[in-house]
Amino acid sequence: MPTPANIAALDGLHTFPRLLLHHARTRPNAPAMREKNLGIWQTWTWSDVAERVRALACGLSELGFKRGDNLAIIGDNRPHMYMMMAAAQCLGGVPLPLYQDAVANEMLFVLQDASIRFAVVEDQEQVDKMLEVMADLPSLQHVIYDDPRGMRHYNQSFLHDIHELMEMGRIHDRNHPDFLNAEIEQGHFDDVSVMLYTSGTTGKPKGVCQTHAAFIAAARGGIEVDKMVADGDILSYLPMAWVGDHLFSYAQAMVAGFTINCPESGETVMTDLREIGPTYYFAPPRVFESLLTSVMIRMEDAGKLKQKMFHYFMAVADRCGADILDGKMVSTADRLLYGLGNLLVYGPLRNVLGLSRVRVAYTAGAAIGPELFKFYRSIGINLKQFYGQTETCAYVCLQPDGAIKFDSVGQPAPGVEIKIADNGEVLVKGPMLLKAYYKRPDATAESINADGYFLTGDAGFLDEDGHLKIIDRAKDVGKLANGAMYAPNFIENKLKFFQYVKEAVCFGANRDMVCAFVNIDIGAVGNWAERRGIAYSGYTDLAGKTEVGELIQQCVEEINAGLAGDSMMADSQIHRFLILHKELDPDDDELTRTRKVRRNFVSDKYKVLIDALYDGKQTQFIETEVKFEDGRRGKVSADLLIRDCKTFPIARKAA
Amino acid sequence: MSKKIGDVILDLQNISLRFGGVKALTDISFNVREHEIRAIIGPNGAGKSSMLNVINGVYHPQEGKIFWRGKERKRMEPHMAAQQNIARTFQNIALFKGMSVLDNIMTGRMTKMKANFIEHALWFGRAKSEELAHRRKVEEVIDFLEIQHIRKTPVGRLPYGLQKRVELGRALAAEPSMLLLDEPMAGMNVEEKQDMCRFILDVNDQFGTTIVLIEHDMGVVMDISDRVVVLDYGKKIGDGEPEEVKNNEEVIKAYLGAGH
Repeated sequence: MPTPANIAALDGLHTFPRLLLHHARTRPNAPAMREKNLGIWQTWTWSDVAERVRALACGLSELGFKRGDNLAIIGDNRPHMYMMMAAAQCLGGVPLPLYQDAVANEMLFVLQDASIRFAVVEDQEQVDKMLEVMADLPSLQHVIYDDPRGMRHYNQSFLHDIHELMEMGRIHDRNHPDFLNAEIEQGHFDDVSVMLYTSGTTGKPKGVCQTHAAFIAAARGGIEVDKMVADGDILSYLPMAWVGDHLFSYAQAMVAGFTINCPESGETVMTDLREIGPTYYFAPPRVFESLLTSVMIRMEDAGKLKQKMFHYFMAVADRCGADILDGKMVSTADRLLYGLGNLLVYGPLRNVLGLSRVRVAYTAGAAIGPELFKFYRSIGINLKQFYGQTETCAYVCLQPDGAIKFDSVGQPAPGVEIKIADNGEVLVKGPMLLKAYYKRPDATAESINADGYFLTGDAGFLDEDGHLKIIDRAKDVGKLANGAMYAPNFIENKLKFFQYVKEAVCFGANRDMVCAFVNIDIGAVGNWAERRGIAYSGYTDLAGKTEVGELIQQCVEEINAGLAGDSMMADSQIHRFLILHKELDPDDDELTRTRKVRRNFVSDKYKVLIDALYDGKQTQFIETEVKFEDGRRGKVSADLLIRDCKTFPIARKAA
Repeated sequence: MSKKIGDVILDLQNISLRFGGVKALTDISFNVREHEIRAIIGPNGAGKSSMLNVINGVYHPQEGKIFWRGKERKRMEPHMAAQQNIARTFQNIALFKGMSVLDNIMTGRMTKMKANFIEHALWFGRAKSEELAHRRKVEEVIDFLEIQHIRKTPVGRLPYGLQKRVELGRALAAEPSMLLLDEPMAGMNVEEKQDMCRFILDVNDQFGTTIVLIEHDMGVVMDISDRVVVLDYGKKIGDGEPEEVKNNEEVIKAYLGAGH
């Protein structure tokens, strides 16, 4: 029987170490963490976790880690990494997770900014990065690693195996049995519990300091809205440095007491997803999209009968599935058909996706296409969106069950107040607001106004039912030369909703028309090309095919037709576009680590292409340097074809 | 380098091998020391693969002596090589294409299983407990080679570079003391080659496995080998450390000069 997470019982438990001890005391044998090791899932119970955290904390203290110190955490989602977060918090320290796929130099700024003395890293790869930055990071004193593989020849005295640290801690604990409890007692809910750096689409990253109280409030609110229970499972596979993972895999898991499951490696996530069958799942839209694409590709290879059955029941689901999930009125005939479809199609499909047991699935980080969103809801997966930023513990708006609107991010979450400023910017206030930006009182003062509202930087509006709709980043919203509103993200998202388009960058601010760069999705377009017998050798080749250009042109023109009917955005129809010869890549600084386009950087780097778009040229030669994963550099060049698109007359109401 | 190279474990003396009138190998002598990486290079048809086949008992040389750990080896069959802890990979991948990666690597454990055919077929007696123990070993190999994500994938569906890695996995599963690699990097791209180099060095470093490899990529050979023997038309024309071999006039003429 699921036991409802008893929120009232958590009162008085206002720091994460206290929550951990609480679970270890009340449900010592319940599973807290799982990890697949040598092909077999290993489980740590809450009492195991508490014991290890205790040992780690004492070990850290033995090395000289003190209240107020920052602990850098760099690695994939591993139980020991999460335990290290709790260990640092026990001592009144602040864990600081970093994006593990960043190269050493990208990490350096954050490590310096936070004056890191202690770092815990996953493996040899990350240890090497620490050794690389050491010369520029004199504060660094100790590096602790989790995986000893390949570390046999590293004998520097500042490197410690995590198991040695635990042993050291256990001895310390035996000699000073009251030490750690006293440290935990000193912890206050207003202490900073974690520091997360913003990804830095503009300027240098800033460290966002969040308190125990803020994250616990955000976690409780989410748990309350989604009625989350203690016997749930979540797959923890998104970067630990990202606020969403910290909320779901750490804060909510600590508050509600469900189990976090760490995949074996980045490549096995899909297999692990099926094996674990999480009850609670989070993925950015692109993951849901690639799941759907892979299903559709496989359906095209299925037998005729299966295809017929699939399409028939998907039509049924499209008609009534989402309404049934929302608990709305649906005719009995449809209900019966849906039940049959559930048996034959939706159930097996959910199983293949690894989402059979999912009670709530979340997506955020980017806009999700209405078709995509509806698809998942119609086959009975309770997919929702939420809205929030690092500065608000990713907790501002949630979509309550039964009141889901595809194009909104939901209603204000419990305890959150929302206000729209005169310029359209969304302002929020609540217990989950950041305490400060680390060492940046100027930035803190700028981001919170006199009434205590945080300035999100997003432009949006509240609809008649109090649902928040986000249009774009406030600073990106501009005007076309004729004065019409221009919101690049809005148009780019529309483009990205097509399975063939992976990324798009639009231009148009202060210009007389909108033009776009497009990245095709190599999986979907590749498959499309194969079916038509179009041979290609790689991304650049495929992107340059005339047929592919025509395919994308159809997509663009479809959007233009849609935009023509929208009185606010009708002038933003895309007049010309080109398909880029390479994929935009964070390694080339074109995207942030969270895969958002760095608009200014891209428009500088590809200035010739933008000029070509607006000069009316038909082709443009470009050569670009690319960085490979192993650090080598190469060049990609191509003659890019520029296409003119059909635009539609604006259906303005006569006024 | 911190690794210790031990005594000679394999000593080949005056080996000649003929197929009818064709002389594949003529009077070749060289030795392999414990824990070293020993490369055999030479142009096409130089007799490199024949040499490997002599080492693991596929071919039987008409002349010459082979000493394995100090004892002279009489006529030997390939399965005896397996029992002596010599494992190998092939120039053309020789995996079971329809079987999963896991099952393929499991076959590398066959010589170590004690249960008989009937027990295996009916899954009783020693078969079950044995398989569990062997599965653990296999999982360690999978972890070592970082191929967790393709554990259950049929080998035939994998790209070439990964198939090569699986083949190495199968050889490693036998926990060999000597590993024979026949062109482990043929047909690979730069990244795959780098990975393979790392795995070969790791095997050598972590398990102390002695490695004899044939390879065409000179950069790779010179980087990772401790000693290199050079063959040309079935004759040995050079032998020594990479630096030495690189500067050997005859070798440059026969091979490096032509290829580079």
